Amino acid sequence: MIDLEAVRRVYPDGFVALHDLTLRIAAGTTLALVGPSGCGKTTTLKLINRLLTPSSGRVLIEGHDAAAQDPIALRRRMGWVVQEAGLFPHLTAQANVEIVPTLLGWDAARRARRAAELLELVGLDPRQHAGRYPAQLSGGQRQRVGLARALAVDPPILLMDEPFGALDPLTRRRLQEEFRALQARLAKTVVLVTHDVGEACYLADRIAVLDAGRLVQIGTPEQLRAAPASDFVAAFLHRQPGAT
Amino acid sequence: MTGRLLCAALLAGVTAAVAVAADPASSTPPRVVVGAKKFTESAVLAELMAQVLEAHTDARIERVVNLAGTRVCFDALRSGGLDLYAEYTGTGLRDILDETRDVGGAAAVYALVSETFRSRFDLVWLAPFGFDNTYVLMMRPARAAELSIQQLSDLAAHPLRYGMSHEFNERPDGMPGLRRAYALDEVSTVGMEHDLAYQALAEGAIDVSDGYSTDAKIVAFNLQVLHDDKHFFPPYEAAPLARADLFSRVPGSEAALRLLAGRIDAATMRRLNFAVESERRTPADVAATLLRELGLAQREIAAAPTATGFWSLLWQRRWETLRLTGQHLVLTGVAVLAAVLVGVPLGIAASRRPRLSTLALSAAGIAQTIPSIALLAFMLPWFGIGVRPAIAALFLYGLLPILRNTVAGLRGVDAQLLEVGRGLGMAPRDLLWRVELPLAAPVLLAGVRTAAVISVGTATLAAFIGAGGLGDPIVTGLSTTNTDLVLSGALPAAALAMLVDAALYGVERAATPRGLKLPS
Repeated sequence: MIDLEAVRRVYPDGFVALHDLTLRIAAGTTLALVGPSGCGKTTTLKLINRLLTPSSGRVLIEGHDAAAQDPIALRRRMGWVVQEAGLFPHLTAQANVEIVPTLLGWDAARRARRAAELLELVGLDPRQHAGRYPAQLSGGQRQRVGLARALAVDPPILLMDEPFGALDPLTRRRLQEEFRALQARLAKTVVLVTHDVGEACYLADRIAVLDAGRLVQIGTPEQLRAAPASDFVAAFLHRQPGAT
Repeated sequence: MTGRLLCAALLAGVTAAVAVAADPASSTPPRVVVGAKKFTESAVLAELMAQVLEAHTDARIERVVNLAGTRVCFDALRSGGLDLYAEYTGTGLRDILDETRDVGGAAAVYALVSETFRSRFDLVWLAPFGFDNTYVLMMRPARAAELSIQQLSDLAAHPLRYGMSHEFNERPDGMPGLRRAYALDEVSTVGMEHDLAYQALAEGAIDVSDGYSTDAKIVAFNLQVLHDDKHFFPPYEAAPLARADLFSRVPGSEAALRLLAGRIDAATMRRLNFAVESERRTPADVAATLLRELGLAQREIAAAPTATGFWSLLWQRRWETLRLTGQHLVLTGVAVLAAVLVGVPLGIAASRRPRLSTLALSAAGIAQTIPSIALLAFMLPWFGIGVRPAIAALFLYGLLPILRNTVAGLRGVDAQLLEVGRGLGMAPRDLLWRVELPLAAPVLLAGVRTAAVISVGTATLAAFIGAGGLGDPIVTGLSTTNTDLVLSGALPAAALAMLVDAALYGVERAATPRGLKLPS
């Protein structure tokens, strides 16, 4: 469970990236953060894993203030998936997946077992793909490796920043379907940043619409469709017809 | 704050480099270091002094030859890096004491320098060897006889073609003074290179030129030296110049060196220089022969078989070349290793702090702009002569490419990857070792390669401060116009540079992560 309590983020130049955001993500559910570019989606995500620090307000992870915890240990309990996967180009697919287990000091055999298991979970054949470098993988394959890497030590929380943004429509669709099936089995607490309302409606239990650093509306996809809180929300939903 | 940090790091590097190269502790027989400047006569005189000491004392003699010049020798003597070398009284007077007044004849000059050096520097001028290596004017004997010219005052009566070395034309104690002393105001001179002037004189293109009284080329070209009947040129008597403590430290050393006093006249010295420069004999061999003739030592030095042609010289010197190559590799290896040990951590720190980066890069950049010879000379007051100042200078040269490429390599790492690493829970140390350094490795190692190649090249100049290496035959060859000898050092040095370059290129390729070599 993740709680944001009046979280504000102000840049040194005085620009307010986030205005007193309060929201709760219940354990095992998926929240999508949507909104136009620069609305504060990614900022929110980075405040949760402490890549950024709130100027005021609190972030609670399972009821404990994130600011009071060791940021490195905190991040290892949260999977982190970014656009275009962000794989390390000098490491093989397997080594990329094994990063956090390596940091935690797992032995090689255990790491290799886990990597193979995860590559299979995300739909890759370990015998074929484990030894490949990112440059030798397709965009979709890289994104799958990125997801496997985030799941490596089975973290309860998954933070995803435009995870399927750079893929072609067909591959994106397949990965979305597979992720939905996966999430049904794994029941992680997921925060998904996307600018694609269709993706948000398809994958998320609830959607938070942000505009210029403010939370405009939060609710299930159905609630948002039925009763958009403002013209902005209605327009935003309308402009990008849902995928479902 | 960062400035002090930087200075401390630099100092630590230099000190570490020097500590590694520290000389072994001296053992029971007293050790005497004899120095020589980078020209034939100085090397022959050093050999004479060294062999006389070997024959008459129990000291262990070390020779440090090819030193860059008066300043290097004199500073080394004062700081204890050398115990003695052969110096010229006129040089002591003009260059070291900066005395421009006319002091008088040879005896007066000798008396002045020996008294002043004793009281001011605690250095001792022993009795001169017996010749005066001053400026002389020379003509072809046939031409001189034709005009019946024997001394300088005979010159004014004839219209002659003068080809003078550039330095002689400019120095106040050269041509300008000579014009006044011998009424040569009407004479016009052509400035030319010293070596070319001999050639021009021999071929009759000019009638008069300047030289040094003990130049081997006076013998080689069979030239006539004109008598300085008005004693215009100041005396440059050669004599052993030694630290005062040498004589108390090595009993019998003073008496041994005095055996040489007055035994070598200008003709003899010219013959010795000729033997080295034209007959290609070693200074050691030439010195041993003379000492046998004088009955001062009986040592036989195997005369080096005169190599006919370049390839046989190369073959003949193969073991010597191998030894010098070893020295060369130690010099550059230690210096580059120290530069890596300092440059890489400094580069890592600098890549994180823009201010430190600017400071460190400009400091290393300044070191880079100092000409190699000057940088080597700057190290002498701190490290004396020999291997240590050479390593210190090469270390400073190696620092910039390593520092710059470390910073560039680390700054070139994709910022998004670093954020991903942090987001995954990598500590700064993990990020450095697992992401930043592997990704920066190709650029970083290219810097090490540049530093190593520069170092191999620059190390040839280390011979000037007594550090040995492949520069030794180059410097000796240059001073004796022995091109083959120059090449016997220059070719292995060039080959070494290419080998080092190729080897480090291999390392660079091997260290480049495979994932980065693939087309993406």
